[in-house]
Amino acid sequence: MKKLNINKGWDFAPSLESTDHISIKKQYELFIDGKWVKPTSGKYFDTINPATEEKLASIAEANEKDVDKAVKAARKAYNEVWSKMPAKERAKYIYRIARLIQERAREFAVIETLDGGKAIRESRDIDVPLAAAHFFYYAGWADKLDYAFPNKKMQSLGVAGQIIPWNFPLLMAAWKIAPALATGNTVVLKPAETTSLTALKLAELIQDAGLPDGVVNIVTGAGATGAAIVNHPDVDKIAFTGSTSVGKIIQNAIAGTHKKATLELGGKAANIIFEDAALDQAVEGIINGIYFNQGHVCCAGSRLFVQESVYDLVIRKLKDRMDALVIGNPLDKNTDIGAINSKEQLDTINKYIKIGKEEGAAIYQPTCTVPKNGYWCKPTLFTGVSQSNRIVQEEIFGPVLAIQTFRTIAEVIEKANNTPYGLSAGVWTDKGSKLFNLTSQLKAGVIWGNTFNKFDPTSPFGGFKESGFGREGGLHGLKAYLKG
Amino acid sequence: MLDFSKSPSVDQVGILDRIDRITARSLKKDAKMHGLKMALGMIDLTTLEGADTDKKVIQLCNKAMHLHDAQPNLPTVAAVCVYPNFVKTAKTALKGSEINVASVATAFPSGQSSLEIKLLDVKIAVDNGAEEVDMVISRGKFHEGDYNFVFDEIAAIKEACGKSRLKVILETGELGSFDKVRQASDIAILAGADFIKTSTGKISPAATLPVTLVMLEAIKDYYYKTGIQVGMKPAGGISNAKLALQYLLLVKETLGADWLDKKWFRFGASSLANDVLMQIMKQQTGIYQSKDYFSKD
Repeated sequence: MKKLNINKGWDFAPSLESTDHISIKKQYELFIDGKWVKPTSGKYFDTINPATEEKLASIAEANEKDVDKAVKAARKAYNEVWSKMPAKERAKYIYRIARLIQERAREFAVIETLDGGKAIRESRDIDVPLAAAHFFYYAGWADKLDYAFPNKKMQSLGVAGQIIPWNFPLLMAAWKIAPALATGNTVVLKPAETTSLTALKLAELIQDAGLPDGVVNIVTGAGATGAAIVNHPDVDKIAFTGSTSVGKIIQNAIAGTHKKATLELGGKAANIIFEDAALDQAVEGIINGIYFNQGHVCCAGSRLFVQESVYDLVIRKLKDRMDALVIGNPLDKNTDIGAINSKEQLDTINKYIKIGKEEGAAIYQPTCTVPKNGYWCKPTLFTGVSQSNRIVQEEIFGPVLAIQTFRTIAEVIEKANNTPYGLSAGVWTDKGSKLFNLTSQLKAGVIWGNTFNKFDPTSPFGGFKESGFGREGGLHGLKAYLKG
Repeated sequence: MLDFSKSPSVDQVGILDRIDRITARSLKKDAKMHGLKMALGMIDLTTLEGADTDKKVIQLCNKAMHLHDAQPNLPTVAAVCVYPNFVKTAKTALKGSEINVASVATAFPSGQSSLEIKLLDVKIAVDNGAEEVDMVISRGKFHEGDYNFVFDEIAAIKEACGKSRLKVILETGELGSFDKVRQASDIAILAGADFIKTSTGKISPAATLPVTLVMLEAIKDYYYKTGIQVGMKPAGGISNAKLALQYLLLVKETLGADWLDKKWFRFGASSLANDVLMQIMKQQTGIYQSKDYFSKD
């Protein structure tokens, strides 16, 4: 059989997004009560560009005292301003934030790419527009809560402590802040320590929007800072997106307290391809499912199930498609796969690739080259694996796909559900009845039909089982910040 | 008897998503220049008007041979495409060049005629020296579900072509859905098409990137099965260089470098060449020249 020469001839010339228009300060303080405040410890940590390993800025490290200040500021703003403000006035501020994000979209996209390593195509076309869309969407709900929950007289909770991950820094901040503000809560938010910059730029933007002091506070730091938020007695609600292991620690910590929580944790999604699917488009869905954002996606389609009758064909098409992927400088407009977010994460991914090989699975990576500096992982797939393999069971959070075959619908449902996780799943078939049958039987919070990794502020997102609880987005996302 | 009623299904949303990825690509510097020159050499320079005359065809042939003589090392277009009654004229005018003469045939553009007339049409074109024949499929029969009729007709015309290469026009703008485009592509390929081609240029929409992707996927699957290469020709509505480059990227990422050759890929276009030329000069000099520096024939 002849092979297609997808990655030969006619290479792209560099096409770099300009960085002239952005401003990054040398040092960032904590954003508390509407002001930039030095950390009490006087400690700072570096944030680097994972594509070059060069330092971008120093970031303040918040300790318990700083977090306490932030919570007090949030409480004061809640009591004196935000909870008393007419809802339609609250909405105006949120709309303003949304519009300012749109105005500064290019700057946010470039900084997101510099700080996190994701391809500029994604930060420009997905992260930043979606972040603005979330603010727009929830701004619209702010004065319509009585219609969202008829005859309920829902009330805000108070101070929300929010801890977000490093895979979609600005977008996760938007997911957390927008519904909290719309429902009348105030916020203490901690971005992940490797990707603080866009949250801090968002703080600048929030200042420009004239949001009353203390309504949104942003404290930077690592796990200890997050723990200080979780354990603070005057926090009414914890919203966390991150790993399942940390989620369990949080749930333990808040057990027996009044704190409400939503946890959006890990995943190991099944992406299921039936023989009657539009296979070329399914292959595109496999690519979007696992190689989007270097696989740093909690809902990534990391377990692929292909019906045996089309297995060889799908694998061949998938390999051809992988050959067309461009890996390299995230600022290049043609880059499909950017840098791995951190050294630590790269080590984790490489550990799993090693485990996959040791387990006897067959590995495939396209013959592309990666830059010398920075953290890189080629798009990878493993075949010849089964549910018993660790690379099938555990979340890798990288561009690594594990492929299994199945014969019948019953078999694939059993295997797809045979995981402690239950965040998302994908089904590919040309037959509507089959699709609806599976969506009702798969134990996952989000199920995509003939597409994957599509996000929309109107759609609730969240997991079953050890992928967490509570929903973000849509009406459900409002409810998580209300009582009554 | 072959069953043409079942072709692989096509998902419209997925096709459009894939095209979004292609149009987000950015070609700069050497890569752009390489693409522009490739595009220029893959053009079937076309005139298919009721008002065509010998003199008009000769002027077009001159344009084909002398795209922009002020600039050395430019390729010529791949072919000149005319009605059968102008094949002889074009052959004479293009003598000594490497440019092929392509002729539309089979009661172009509607195809509403008998097989006898279509075969005669092809015979005249081939006897007069056309190296390439662009036929239209019988869309009416296709919509009636008489797929074997469509297949047999293509096969008969392929035979009549002899050594001339056959391009089969599906007229995708009349087929109604991507699934139908895929099905027509499969029929044409199995019946012996050397090229499959989107459009006559007489129906809107003519060529689009999504429809071309569907056809490229049919070519890919056939290649997987048989190892036989089939060419692709989008035609109509491709009038600027940027769009032409997106088509070439689509080909590269779907079928690979082997198809980036005039033997396997063509643009059917009348005004594309000048925009490509203008972009080539812009790449070289850094400034856009007036349109009047490029000859219009």
